[in-house]
Amino acid sequence: METVKTQDIAVNDLMWKIDYNAERCTMCGSCVASCTFKAIKVEVQRKSITLSQANKPEPVHQQCAIPVIKQVASIENACRGCGMCERVCPNNAIRAVRNPDNRRNLLSRDNGPIKRGGRTNLNAQRTLDKIIVGRISQMTDPSLDSQRHTFDIRSPLGRILSPKELPMQIENGKLVMTKKTPPVRWIYPLIFSDMSIGALSTRAWEAVAMATAYLNERCGLPVRMSSGEGGMPVKLMESDYLKYFIIQIASGHFGWNRIIKAMPRMKTDPAGVLIKIGQGAKPGDGGLLQAEKVAPHVQAIRGVPKATLSSPPNHQGLYSIEESVQKMHLSLNAAFGFRVPVAIKCAASSTSVSVYNNLLRDPYKICGGFFIDGIQGGTGAANEISLDHTGHPVVSKIRDCYNAAVEQGAQGQIPLYGGGGIGMTGNAAADAFKMICLGANGVFCGKILIQLLGCVGNEQGRCNACNTGKCPTGICTQNPRLVKRLDIDKGAQKIVDYVLAFDSELRKLMAPIGNSSLPVGRSDALVSTDKAIADKLGIQYVC
Amino acid sequence: MCRIGAIKSKKPVYPSMALRLMLPQQEGHDNSGFAMVMQDLAGVFSLYKDKPLLSMACTKQGARLVEDYMAAQNFIKMAEWLPVPNKQKGLDIQAMPYYIFRNYDYPEHIEDKERRETLLLDTRLELRKILTESKQGYIYSFWPDVLTLKEIGDPRDIATYFRLWDDTGVLLSKNIIVQCRQNTNYKIVRYAAHPFFLQGYTLCANGENTFYTKNKEFQKNLHRGYIGFESDSQNFLYTLHYVLHELKWSIPYYKHVITPLPFAEIAERPDRDILLSIRQSLAHLEINGPNTIIAGLPDGRMMTCCDSKKLRPVVVGGDDTTIAISSEVCGINEILPDRNMEKDIYPNEREVVVINNDLEVIRWKQ
Repeated sequence: METVKTQDIAVNDLMWKIDYNAERCTMCGSCVASCTFKAIKVEVQRKSITLSQANKPEPVHQQCAIPVIKQVASIENACRGCGMCERVCPNNAIRAVRNPDNRRNLLSRDNGPIKRGGRTNLNAQRTLDKIIVGRISQMTDPSLDSQRHTFDIRSPLGRILSPKELPMQIENGKLVMTKKTPPVRWIYPLIFSDMSIGALSTRAWEAVAMATAYLNERCGLPVRMSSGEGGMPVKLMESDYLKYFIIQIASGHFGWNRIIKAMPRMKTDPAGVLIKIGQGAKPGDGGLLQAEKVAPHVQAIRGVPKATLSSPPNHQGLYSIEESVQKMHLSLNAAFGFRVPVAIKCAASSTSVSVYNNLLRDPYKICGGFFIDGIQGGTGAANEISLDHTGHPVVSKIRDCYNAAVEQGAQGQIPLYGGGGIGMTGNAAADAFKMICLGANGVFCGKILIQLLGCVGNEQGRCNACNTGKCPTGICTQNPRLVKRLDIDKGAQKIVDYVLAFDSELRKLMAPIGNSSLPVGRSDALVSTDKAIADKLGIQYVC
Repeated sequence: MCRIGAIKSKKPVYPSMALRLMLPQQEGHDNSGFAMVMQDLAGVFSLYKDKPLLSMACTKQGARLVEDYMAAQNFIKMAEWLPVPNKQKGLDIQAMPYYIFRNYDYPEHIEDKERRETLLLDTRLELRKILTESKQGYIYSFWPDVLTLKEIGDPRDIATYFRLWDDTGVLLSKNIIVQCRQNTNYKIVRYAAHPFFLQGYTLCANGENTFYTKNKEFQKNLHRGYIGFESDSQNFLYTLHYVLHELKWSIPYYKHVITPLPFAEIAERPDRDILLSIRQSLAHLEINGPNTIIAGLPDGRMMTCCDSKKLRPVVVGGDDTTIAISSEVCGINEILPDRNMEKDIYPNEREVVVINNDLEVIRWKQ
């Protein structure tokens, strides 16, 4: 009996197993060429076969060596289930199959914590699917016609003053403004979330940017895109299109050297500045760009050498909310002459309400938006332990923050934006609508955008290799050969089409509740089939 | 849909005229109640127009509680009208034991208008609290030259009960805002029947306020007088009071608050900065459902406007002496059959119509 080496990695230890049918395989090699993880290889296998090749049975037994496709038994080259092999196989001879008995969690920590991209695979529960738009206009008031009526689908980004703080006075029966008020942009309630050049390939980032510009210029939808912490192309910063972008600053300040240098040459103001304090996918952990992805152009745009780029978990120099407000908000407001709203993004947390209260009460009134990012948000790279075991769902947090504002009569003064799992099932409009009814002014989403570009990752452990530089779809990699897999025109078109459908779907949800403007905080429009959710959110329980 | 109506006249008119305005409009649940606010009174209260008038319905104990409270606050009783009801059998009315309409003099000489307004509001709120907690009655208004009557039942019978058909010269006024339906959507509560009243502002609103929750949550923190919320139409009154009385803006801005222009239209306007700021800061006072509003202002002017999709009707018509606002024209035809109907106004969704005390009709588009 052969000795069994139990410590060796075997294919059945891995998360995905290759289901290969040698009889269908034509040996074209496409699957091996397409596998960016080198999870499959060509091997020659000795085989004992009996063949009959004549018109009548004349079986001949022979030993032969034939080439086959074989899975590599290694953690490093483990199949990620991306399915590229199946996609390219002309003969349906190969596919990846999930292996429920895998031992990946036990075997993958030889070189430290497990790192990956994607979103939490543990806490992917869907609160929003247990909420229904249940207050339908029937006889007491008419529903609207989603195609005939006009809808005013806009959300504010910027600090809004309470009515009594408005610097207005009546002159000859007409109100006139006596002082400047903080800048507020009315934008589309769907913001393309911050995914940096670096996390994304330049081409993928460009595809999202193209979609943004198209939606604005051709479709009349003022969708805004956050740059992510990785700077922006100088050409873009010096163009008119800058107005569609929210420039992000995070703890690494990556890209800000170029942004500051470009400022004197900016023709127009950006849509906003977003200070990233934390990210829902990996709260309390800074951004992470593995050296594999720090290609020359990323080095140039960020002004860094080729090395793993870790953004610190906090903004060095900010130790309290007061400093955040005074130093960061004030300086960024001042940098753009108080013409550009400055918002802040935090990971959802048990402390979100405290943060929001402090921002609401800040005497300078300069926080132009509170972005709360839930645990179900995606990321380019993080320790898996952060992804799966830290964070906070966003739905109840948005509600809590809204309710905290209501209690103080300050609802709407700092617009609330929720993200992290919006559109997880592909139905972003329904998610957005429910979030808005619960008190959000709008939503931001990122993962769904790259999924529209072709990302095949999901929260059941599929792919999630954004950190490796081996993204099989050319989206989260800087490898020029892989990036070529992405057709950016087609990708941009997919995003545009999706947002147009999103807009129609939003109307389809606004019409039945009889509203032509966004029902921010209209929790009475929602019901839940889950008693605990209904109680927590303060909406009707129905069954 | 509630039918709502109002009469503004140079000569004082009887409540029966308001009833005749409303009754032809009856449909379905309409005429399940009667509520009216009379302003600029003639008749028994004509001598005390500057003294606050208390309008309430209560039990004997409730009356005593109110008297005790008012005495303790040094309010001095002036005129009083206690209707002697016609209790004939078969009347459809859920009558309260007592209806009290009583003028008081201020407890001390308060010249300051704001202080007077504050005192009257605080007194009404306190009386409401006392009556609600003891379950002994309802107080509808406490304001100079304003009388409110509300009851559940058939308005014809309610009028018979209070002898309003008799036109006896007791109750007359130049302004009447009226409505003949209980709020059948929710629990039948006397406080839920419009017109609603707050510090000189009277308002009727039919329709459905789909932003009720938003409005309510916001209004609760705006003013101590914004209470009750038994009806989603109260929001319209509180917003009117907030815009005109608290912010001290002019009427056109009320319309901009409740039915803001679409962003695209705001962008084209020369006053876009103002309109956008209003839309931003008062977003939670927007009304997004179908409705018509009829409001009476403290100075006697009346106004009407509709929702931004014109999902509820209203018509304004009249002659040199009397102008009526009504959900449906049949009501005006009943009381003012000889007017020039060609001059009737059917306001559009962006229009505001104001009738001033000289019965001039001023209209403009938002």
